[in-house]
Amino acid sequence: MAHSGINVLFEGTNFTRLLGGLWTTVQIAAVAIIIGLILGIILGVLRTFHNPLLRLVLRLYLEFFRIVPTTVLLFLFYYILPRQMNIHLPGPQMATLVFALWMAAEMSDIVRGALISVPKHQRESGLAIGLSRYQLYRYILIPQAFTLELPATINLITRIIKTTSLLMLISVMDVINIGQQIIEANNQHYPTGVFWVYGLIFLLYFLIDYPLSWWANRLEQKRMENIND
Amino acid sequence: MTEVLKVEHLDKSYQKQPVLHDINFSIAKGEVVTLLGPSGSGKSTLIRTLNGLEKYQSGTITFNGKKVVPNDKNWQTLRQKIGMVFQSYDLFPNLTVMDNIILGPTKVQKRAKEEVIAQARALLKKVDLLDYEDSYPRQLSGGQKQRIAIVRALALHPEFMLFDEVTASLDPEMVRGVLNIIRDLADQDDMTMIIVTHEMDFAKQVADRVLFLQDGKILEDTPGNQFFDHPQTTRAKEFLESMNF
Repeated sequence: MAHSGINVLFEGTNFTRLLGGLWTTVQIAAVAIIIGLILGIILGVLRTFHNPLLRLVLRLYLEFFRIVPTTVLLFLFYYILPRQMNIHLPGPQMATLVFALWMAAEMSDIVRGALISVPKHQRESGLAIGLSRYQLYRYILIPQAFTLELPATINLITRIIKTTSLLMLISVMDVINIGQQIIEANNQHYPTGVFWVYGLIFLLYFLIDYPLSWWANRLEQKRMENIND
Repeated sequence: MTEVLKVEHLDKSYQKQPVLHDINFSIAKGEVVTLLGPSGSGKSTLIRTLNGLEKYQSGTITFNGKKVVPNDKNWQTLRQKIGMVFQSYDLFPNLTVMDNIILGPTKVQKRAKEEVIAQARALLKKVDLLDYEDSYPRQLSGGQKQRIAIVRALALHPEFMLFDEVTASLDPEMVRGVLNIIRDLADQDDMTMIIVTHEMDFAKQVADRVLFLQDGKILEDTPGNQFFDHPQTTRAKEFLESMNF
């Protein structure tokens, strides 16, 4: 009997399970991105201050999260934190923490870069009308940095989202993990199931990430046009 | 005459390279002083020092009889009373013309928004830019931007104004409009001003006094007319000649 492998997706509750897995993925990514954005902006601002100790500490934080591969970070947090420091968190929360800290680290670098590339004259004319340091950042530097950093930020977000595919390594029931289970459970009936399941997962990730990537490109193009004006 | 600003024995250097040396002068209320001198003589550095944008190593600056203790907090308070306009206008590109003008008065001085907007409109009208309050800086010409920058500084009700080569990056035809505004400030509003400029005709018209700088030192401190007609030092004479004056 010839049956199409695509049916593996609709066998039993397979499809809703996959969507459920996707929801877990999206939740973890979304919370991590929001926390990472806020924390990253704060750290990025702090990194433009002239306190050498503060700068060193934040620099080390950034380099740690940038250099250590995400897989290793996940394992470090998942296995070592509970054992050495007696911090027990469920897998999804641990994953959210790792991704949020990673996002914050990378974001702080983007924010710092954008802030220091706002022309020095802007800072001076802000000071000249009596703005305090807080007001200078709040009304002048951060809004201007925002447009500069937006494309890089969106690109970072797409990276965070696609890297959530590593979640299965720490046993989080994300879309990949569930896909894997479905493939294994249906291997006998649907030998081509792996193709269809991963095909769907590809499509789901694509649908989330592509619009972001497109948006980032468009903003970047617009910015170049404005510069050339 | 009340003395608004007094500078005594001001010294400044960048990495042991002296840029200002033993600067002494004072300015009375309503007086217009122009800082003249060749490029690199320290004019801009001096005027920026008076607004706390440049640090100095020694000497004192006194405003209205009170010595400035040079720290960030004191300068931030003082800057509300000192308007400064720069060569490159430096309007905030993320804000409309109106928001550029009212930012300082509403956020720093905490004045009522309606009152500030009314004042801003009156000032905009004076500089013929009333129709532009909702425009963004990128939509304006250089001359228009500079006029807005002057309005932005005036909106804080400064006690005196610093102008740092405000026409140096303008097209020649834009220069006159900006200079007229400064002249009106001197004539009608009796504003106390320090002006760094390369426009010799203009300097001669507005200057009550000229400070001539060379290598970070004040070589001459003379009344305006006297400086242009009978400069005391040969260096100043050469300078005026080089400017075809």
